[in-house]
Amino acid sequence: MASLFTFANPKRFMDLSAVMLPWLAGATAVTLGAGLVLGFLSPPDYQQGDTVKIMFLHVPAAWTAMMAYGLLAVSSLIGLVWRHPLADVAAKAIAPLGAIFTLLGLITGSLWGKPMWGAWWVWDARLTSFLLLLFLYLGYIALWNAFEDEVRAARAAAILALVGAVNLPIIEFSVDWWTTLHQGESIFRTGGPTISAVFLWPLGLTGLGYTLLFATLWTIRIRTEILERRVRSLLLEGAA
Amino acid sequence: MSDILAMGGYAAYVWPAYGVTVVLLGAAIAATLRAYARARARLAALEKP
Repeated sequence: MASLFTFANPKRFMDLSAVMLPWLAGATAVTLGAGLVLGFLSPPDYQQGDTVKIMFLHVPAAWTAMMAYGLLAVSSLIGLVWRHPLADVAAKAIAPLGAIFTLLGLITGSLWGKPMWGAWWVWDARLTSFLLLLFLYLGYIALWNAFEDEVRAARAAAILALVGAVNLPIIEFSVDWWTTLHQGESIFRTGGPTISAVFLWPLGLTGLGYTLLFATLWTIRIRTEILERRVRSLLLEGAA
Repeated sequence: MSDILAMGGYAAYVWPAYGVTVVLLGAAIAATLRAYARARARLAALEKP
């Protein structure tokens, strides 16, 4: 019975995701395309000039990187507590994507910081905690690769993911808790957004586009991992 | 045209930001699709009687 339970969920995921994938991919293309075009055509900011265009690349990347880590932590918790096999697969599938979005956030931030702050990098709370996010993703990937046994690897990596989740609120509130060069929240704040609508629209669309792109790639990566596991179990059966 | 290229004097920052975004996201998409295709091919080969 236990094997029936463990097998039923990946099966259901494969069926459901096969139906959803074309829609996810289509919605990604539309929102990301529209957001990037609108962002590219947006007027120069009265203070920042054309560097404001970097916002449409930097903010969505950073947002997606943090959301992905939140999902990594939740998946890890479910995998750790309920031993749900799909949760371990889902967590493992996030890490490389999260690392790429984090790297994008760091690089585009640096390219924005140089002309606006006069420095590629400063060791302040927001930037340092965000760099730590990259190391958490890389450490998570390294831990997975350090174990032969899948179950032990998933458990060790899940513990790292949960410990590292402390860093998420630190990133989020770093701009309020410490003095920093990085600007504070200007979108999801009480009293409404403080940025102009000509920038808010493209930013919202690229934010949605990045989120959907992540969801699409995450789904494909989970499917890949499920197929790989099926291949491994078939090979084991064949060898036995 | 040269106005767009110049980016109001910030070309050296704006264009690399677009470039690195296209390269990294493109690489993530390509790697994900390649791994998926490979897994499907391996499974199809094994499931063939």
